[in-house]
Amino acid sequence: MKPPPFSYHDPRSVTEVVELLGRLENAKLLAGGQSLMPMLNMRFVLPDHIIDLNRVEGLSYIRENDGALEIGAMTRQRDLEYSDVVRARWPIMHEALLQVGHRQTRNRGTIGGSLCHLDPAAELVSLAAGYDATVTVVGANGQREIAFGEFPVAYMTPAIEANELVTAVRFPQWKGRYGYAFIEFSRRHGDFAITSAAALIATNGGGKIARASVTIGGMGTAPVRARELEQAIVGQIPTKELFGDACESCRKIEAIDDVHAPANYRQHLAAVLSRRALEKAHARLAEASGQH
Amino acid sequence: MGEKRKISLTVNGKRYEDEVEVRVTLADFIRGQLGLTGTHLGCEHGVCGACTILFDGRSARSCLMLAVQADGHELLTVEGIAPSPDELHPLQQAFHEHHGLQCGFCTPGILTTLIEFLRDNPDPTEREVRIAISGNLCRCTGYQNIVTATLAAAKKLQELGTRA
Repeated sequence: MKPPPFSYHDPRSVTEVVELLGRLENAKLLAGGQSLMPMLNMRFVLPDHIIDLNRVEGLSYIRENDGALEIGAMTRQRDLEYSDVVRARWPIMHEALLQVGHRQTRNRGTIGGSLCHLDPAAELVSLAAGYDATVTVVGANGQREIAFGEFPVAYMTPAIEANELVTAVRFPQWKGRYGYAFIEFSRRHGDFAITSAAALIATNGGGKIARASVTIGGMGTAPVRARELEQAIVGQIPTKELFGDACESCRKIEAIDDVHAPANYRQHLAAVLSRRALEKAHARLAEASGQH
Repeated sequence: MGEKRKISLTVNGKRYEDEVEVRVTLADFIRGQLGLTGTHLGCEHGVCGACTILFDGRSARSCLMLAVQADGHELLTVEGIAPSPDELHPLQQAFHEHHGLQCGFCTPGILTTLIEFLRDNPDPTEREVRIAISGNLCRCTGYQNIVTATLAAAKKLQELGTRA
């Protein structure tokens, strides 16, 4: 339970990080350390080099810009949790963050680390999928942007090259009135969810659902958008019956069997949690609109 | 021997300078090199919370940090909580009075966690206390007396008009 030997590098700029990534073989980037450090302690990973991002300048910020939330990759989950901007205009992120690990891990854990570790049950990964977030990546050939839909390429494998690092992520804002909810099921508070559901819905003037985003986490290789469910409810008047019927399609989402739960239990949870999330989102939307 | 680095840091108000192997965790450095064995190691992979310390005032699991990362930073461990060698912190006093520990192994991590928590939330509900310690495993007490002690400490601190 001690990390294996490695060389340690603590660069001060993104340029230095890129230079190190280009030069060093078998290097790992260390962000908040809440996943990599346990993996090092248990020797699940044996890197020759650790590149610590904690002293890199300019990677920790929360900015509202042009209708989007821009977050530096090294921004701590705790800083997002306590951000007034996040709470006011991306409230689902606040709700999700309260379910991310514990205070002690959120104090260190970063958004960039969560996204790159890409645990299929990670709350921030689900939100990035639900918001169609954009990830900014920097490498030797400069900067590029990756739409979050294309970010996960396999189980816990993001679409970034070995010589690249994530520097920021952008969450577009849902304009006007909308409802939201992030619900997860886990055995103990702070554990990784067995299954989670993140829902965002907006209605038009006629009271019909104009836009919907439902993301199910913890099922397969990465959180997935429940597209069939989204399509089934858009254009409809939101009711308990509509949600109940439409959420049944979540039972068809591919799921894994593991020590925590069999696949069919996850699929059952996907249907139940998506319904609860939509009902809660709808109740909040009604409250925001002053209807009861 | 592996790669080493010189670091300097402040722990419980005292300045330390030392040389450390870069792969050594902050928890092992605090215990093995600084001799501050109040910080306990249970699981060594970030689950049990026994090694919780305050890093620049924020609670963190010291088994999930490298000692080199503490260079230039300020730490508080359980040894630094009490105001003097003859006096307990009101939170420690409440744990004593309400039997908030049996074997005491998890206690340092719980105390450091709660110091930060009570600073942020001086008047918590029982549920908030339970969530605050959800990242700390105790195998003796069943948590009940830990929660009772914390609520009593919060009340006491408010009466005294001091922050945790």
